[in-house]
This record gives sequence, C-alpha cells and structure tokens, in this order.
Amino acid sequence: MAVAAAVVLVAGFALALLWAPEDADQGPSQRIFYLHVPIALTAYAAFGWGAWKALRLLWTGNQRYDLESYTAVHMGTIFGTLTLVTGSIWARTSWGVWWSWGERQLVLFLILFLFYAAYFMLRFSLPDGPGRARISAVYALFGVVLIPISFLAIRLAENLIHPVVFTRDGPQMSGDMFFTFCVCLAGMLLLAGTLYLNELAGKRLDLKLRDLRESLELG
Amino acid sequence: MTYARDVVALARKDLLLELRARETLPAMLLFVLATLVAFRFALPADASERASVGLLWVAILFTALLGITRAFIPEREQRVLDGLVLAPVDRSAIWLGKVVATLAFLAAAEVVALPAFSLFFERVTWSTVAAVALADVGLCAVGAILAAMAAAGRARELLFPVLFLPLSLPILVGGVGAAVSDDPGRYLAFLALYDGVFAILAWASFEYVVTE
Repeated sequence: MAVAAAVVLVAGFALALLWAPEDADQGPSQRIFYLHVPIALTAYAAFGWGAWKALRLLWTGNQRYDLESYTAVHMGTIFGTLTLVTGSIWARTSWGVWWSWGERQLVLFLILFLFYAAYFMLRFSLPDGPGRARISAVYALFGVVLIPISFLAIRLAENLIHPVVFTRDGPQMSGDMFFTFCVCLAGMLLLAGTLYLNELAGKRLDLKLRDLRESLELG
Repeated sequence: MTYARDVVALARKDLLLELRARETLPAMLLFVLATLVAFRFALPADASERASVGLLWVAILFTALLGITRAFIPEREQRVLDGLVLAPVDRSAIWLGKVVATLAFLAAAEVVALPAFSLFFERVTWSTVAAVALADVGLCAVGAILAAMAAAGRARELLFPVLFLPLSLPILVGGVGAAVSDDPGRYLAFLALYDGVFAILAWASFEYVVTE
C-alpha cells in the first residue's frame, strides 16, 4: 500500500506539473490546486472515518475502535494543518495575502483545527480507560456535525472571493484537469490510509508492549 | 411524564443550590457588565455602531462560558454524579436538567445585560432578542455536555473554554448576522437549526459521557 501510495502520488504530481493544462486565469499558481484540494478532501475523509469508528465504539462497546478513531482523527488533524498551510500559500500567490477571511474552506479548516486540537487536549486530560474512549468518541461525533454547520455559518458570513470549482453543475474544469485531480486525490487517500495503518500498528504494538511489561512486573 | 418530573427535579436542585450559595449568578452579572464596560474602551472612539453589536455577542458568549464552566464540577467533586448515574432516571434527563438550570442563569444575566447594552451603546432590536433566546438554547445544550466531558478530565476549568469556543462559533455568526442584517430571518433559522441538531446529538450521546 505504501508503494502504491508513492507511485500514484508521484504520477499525480507529474501529471499536475507537466501534463495538466495551464489555468487561463491564474497561471502556474493554480497547480497547487492539485495538492491543496486533495489534502483537504483527505482530511474530511479522515475526520469522517474517525467519527464512523467513534459511532461503532458507542454502538458495540468494542474498545478496539477507540484507537482506530483516535488515529483517524490524528491523521485528519495532520492533513487539516497541511490544508491550512497549502491554502495559505495559494492565497499568497493568487491574491497576495497569506490569509483571507473570505475564503470559506480555509476558515472552516481553521475552526476544525481549533476543534480537533481540543480533541487531543480532552483526550490527554482524561484517565485511560473505557470512559476516555466513550467521551472521545462523543466529541469526534460532534466534529462531523460541526463541519456542515460551520460551513453553513461561514457561507452566511461570507464575502465571495474563493474560486468555486465544484458547483451543482459538476466540476468546472476541463477533463484533463479533472483526471489529474482524481489521480492526486487517489494518491493522497492512499497516503493517508498507509499512514493510518502504520500508526495504528505502532500504537497497538505500544499497548501490547505495555501489557507485557505490566504482566512481567506482576509475575 | 416521569422523565419531565426528573428533569424538573434536577433543574430545581441546581437552582436551589444557587439560591443558597449565590455563587454563579452574581459572578455572571458582574462579569457581563464589566465586559461591556471594557468593550467601551476597547473600541476606538470613531468605531461604528455595528461593531458594538459584535461585542455584545462576545460578551454573551463569554458570560455563557463563565456560567457553564463549573456546571458539572460540583457534581464531580461531591460525587453527586455517581449517585445520579445510579439513580433510576434516564441519563439524558441529567443533561436536560442541567440545560434548564444553566439556561435560567444565562437568561437572568441577559435580562441585565441587554438593557445595559442599550443604555451604553445602541438600542437592542427585537431580532437581537430573538437571536439571543435561540442562541442561549444552543449555548446551554452544547455547553452542558462539554462541561460534563471537561469535568471528567484533569484540566477541568482550563479545558472547557477550549472545547466550547470552536463549537459556539456558528452561534456567533448567526447572532451577529441576525442583529446587523436586513433579513434576520435566515440567521434566526440558522440558529434554530444549530439548536435542533446539537440538542439532539447531545441528548442522544450524553449517556456515554457520564457512564463510568
């Protein structure tokens, strides 16, 4: 999976840099689109995945889901932070400012960043155990509800300068661009999936090690 | 009907405690007044009237923060929550009781804050009053469950604002929008949507927060 992620990502970036047609309006700076938007969508996917695992935890009570939900939220936060960084760079090249409150998605990611940073504070403040797992899960569920609500709020509070690429009439770009975008998105999702599985395996190993140590000390 | 009775009993307990100890409400009242005065000096002399509306909403948000922060801390410290969880009541009733009690405190603080605001700054419109009423429900619904989460941890008072502020930002948008926009209906509808969605979510998930 790691190899697949690397191959698809490299292919995607090659397509984005060399093959995709130049945007008539924005010129070469538009190419960051192929990085920025897939990262943002991957972050949403990770948050959604984390909330799904949280729901499963509350539903079944199986503690296995706690670690999965936590790791997914962790991934989402990393990709969300990257979204803020790449979005900021894009804003700088397009509009000459590092930050624009008019850009809905960026503002949304700032709110989400604050929200999910608090997730980690909450989690590390709680004593280890099923209580922590449940409270973290409920908080993660609040997160996925907050995403559309905040989006609506920003839309209500907005002034429009963000280029809206995806409208109700489908994506507003040429076929080549869309293909490149899809390759990049697939690569980014694969990358997130690889990181997720790696981190999960590491965390599980950690837990197992701790259990073994404890049983050694007891024995 | 036993559910409603449980909720009333739980809310009544909090209100009685407040009447005897008088801890939260005086603090909230003084805080909201002090904040409004502080904002008077934070605004430059030539700031527009509209800016002060935003400050009213920040004052309301922070007052709610102050009032709700400690909502579940006595419950944890005095181990009341253990008793409540063991009691034969639906656990969401604990949440609803707390929402009713904090809502009463917040409304009482605003009964003072809104006239004070119209005295110091500009007249409060009916749409602002409606928005405040709707916002209170959302703030207390979300605040009560987050306060229960924060009280379970070590950081407690420190943790609650960090959890609460990102979730209450949409309320700020709706409230300010309703106050300054020519078409407040959209913003009021948004606040009602927020209340509905988060109240249902908090009501359904509260049980998991308090179960040990």
